[in-house]
Amino acid sequence: MKKLAAPPLGLTLLAVGLVLYPLLFSDAFYRDIGVTFLLAAIAASAWNIVGGYAGQISVGHSMFFGIGAYTPVLFYTLWGWPPLVGIPVGILLSLALAAVIGLPTLRLSGHYFSMATIAVAELIRILVGTWNFVGAAIGLQGPARGRAWWDLTFRSELPYYYIFLVVLGIVLAVTATFESRRFGYYVRAIKAGERAAKSLGVPVHWTKMQALLLSAAFTSIAGSLYVVKTGFVDPGSGFGILVSVQMVIVAALGGAGTLYGPLLGALILIPLQTATNNWLGGGGSGLTFIIYGGIIVLIARFEPGGLSELWHRLLRKRWKRVDATA
Amino acid sequence: MVIMQVIVGGLLLGAIYALFSSGLTLIWGMMNFINFAHGEFVMLGMYVALLVVVGIGGGPAVFGIAAAGALFALGVVIYAFLIRHVLRGPMIAQILSTFGLALLLRYAAFWFFSANFVSLPGNALSGTIDLGGIFLPVAQVVAGSVAIVLTLLLQFLLTRTLIGSMLLAVAEDPDAATLMGIRPDRIQALAWGLSAGAAGIAGALLATAYPWSPSVGETFGLIAFVVVAFGGFGSVLGSLYAGLIIGLIQAASGFWLGVIYKDVVVYALFVALLWLRPQGLMGKA
Repeated sequence: MKKLAAPPLGLTLLAVGLVLYPLLFSDAFYRDIGVTFLLAAIAASAWNIVGGYAGQISVGHSMFFGIGAYTPVLFYTLWGWPPLVGIPVGILLSLALAAVIGLPTLRLSGHYFSMATIAVAELIRILVGTWNFVGAAIGLQGPARGRAWWDLTFRSELPYYYIFLVVLGIVLAVTATFESRRFGYYVRAIKAGERAAKSLGVPVHWTKMQALLLSAAFTSIAGSLYVVKTGFVDPGSGFGILVSVQMVIVAALGGAGTLYGPLLGALILIPLQTATNNWLGGGGSGLTFIIYGGIIVLIARFEPGGLSELWHRLLRKRWKRVDATA
Repeated sequence: MVIMQVIVGGLLLGAIYALFSSGLTLIWGMMNFINFAHGEFVMLGMYVALLVVVGIGGGPAVFGIAAAGALFALGVVIYAFLIRHVLRGPMIAQILSTFGLALLLRYAAFWFFSANFVSLPGNALSGTIDLGGIFLPVAQVVAGSVAIVLTLLLQFLLTRTLIGSMLLAVAEDPDAATLMGIRPDRIQALAWGLSAGAAGIAGALLATAYPWSPSVGETFGLIAFVVVAFGGFGSVLGSLYAGLIIGLIQAASGFWLGVIYKDVVVYALFVALLWLRPQGLMGKA
């Protein structure tokens, strides 16, 4: 029950800090980093629901992100509909796809789920890249200038920042809510030992499915937010494997299966990524992904619980020392 | 005749798929572990062949053995420093370890070799061969045939030799194998060496006949998943049949539907297979 005792002060500081950040740093460059950070945190928190809490490692979450990104701009291109119409349709499509993938693979060992997600994501990326209806390799463009507020096309970074912040708040609130409810105990039981959980009456398959559906819906929203912000999406930025990689690494670095892990991961990685891209110019992106790969390997090898577990362990050690001296 | 050419060409490529996929299925069968970096092992085998040809010269035998040896060593090193430790860890560590490794190797290859397509210079296996009216590059015929022989050799090693029995024993029960005087650690390291070595020599064979870039690892990795899923997880002989079938399907869909769709058809089959027969087409229920 440390959850109830520890965070209020930290949580308040975090919330105040996030709300004030763009007002303190009014430079467009810093606000842009802020928006990128929030988007990474939203996507990784969404991945975290199925990958972290339920322990079903998806390495193809870009499929939901891509659907969320493509659907609003596709509707805009075809009929000039505002993104607010396309976003819920994207969510529905993502839910349907999640069900199609989850039904057969979640019944099997977790490896099948991982393999299926990477294969389906790659399949969709290739298909979208050759399909003229959705812009093929060139991609799709959103409204260049908003007709009204409901086109969600703003000149300033500020509205995006606060919309993203609200969505992040919703994702975290939903996660925090289920953490302490039946569903939260179910997913943790499944992660700890699927067979044991099953024998105790946990509806294993359905619980994993629910986690995947919830995760897919939020990931789809993250994709939609990405596209209203950038106004443009192509197969690489929507469905590319690196989109999935970013979600995995942000969540795993901070701590998969913890509420604030993805936030912590994004807080470290996004400034790092911006800095390396700035130092190394356009050619730096390759190096970024060498570093990403290295970080993932190191986390898996030395600290599968991510930085938040490392932090807790260090904290415990310190407490023990204090106890001993007292 | 064109159709025969497509069929034979597909089978020859499929034989190489079978060879590198048998490496993946070996690891899966032994330790219930999926290696996401397997396609990158194939890709590295191709570049080792290139480096040997450019650096010291030599024929297919030289760079083939060099690629197999280099990747065998890499497989053992990766087992010792990474896999051995994550095997005892949680699921997320198992999957992320080789997934991160795949990224690391792929983008390191981009970094060192650039994204451009390359092919082996001054290839000893140039020219075409006339197989009763079907004209095929010599390199394809040689590479495909050698791949079949090597896959059968691997099957022989696993089923008919003492080393094979030891591998099987460790796969069955590492603790009981320890009591029989087998060191599971060494045997598993050997399995990783064999797996990566098979991928490496398959890469060298591919390099003789096809141009490539660092991104081929991703495609070959997915193809290996498909082949292993079709052949049954853990079965080398199953991989051989499935590899030939996948090569055939790919060649046929590339010929009739267009080159872009040859991978699409294969991945779609994989998804369909996971739906209908997740234990593999030839695997036991």
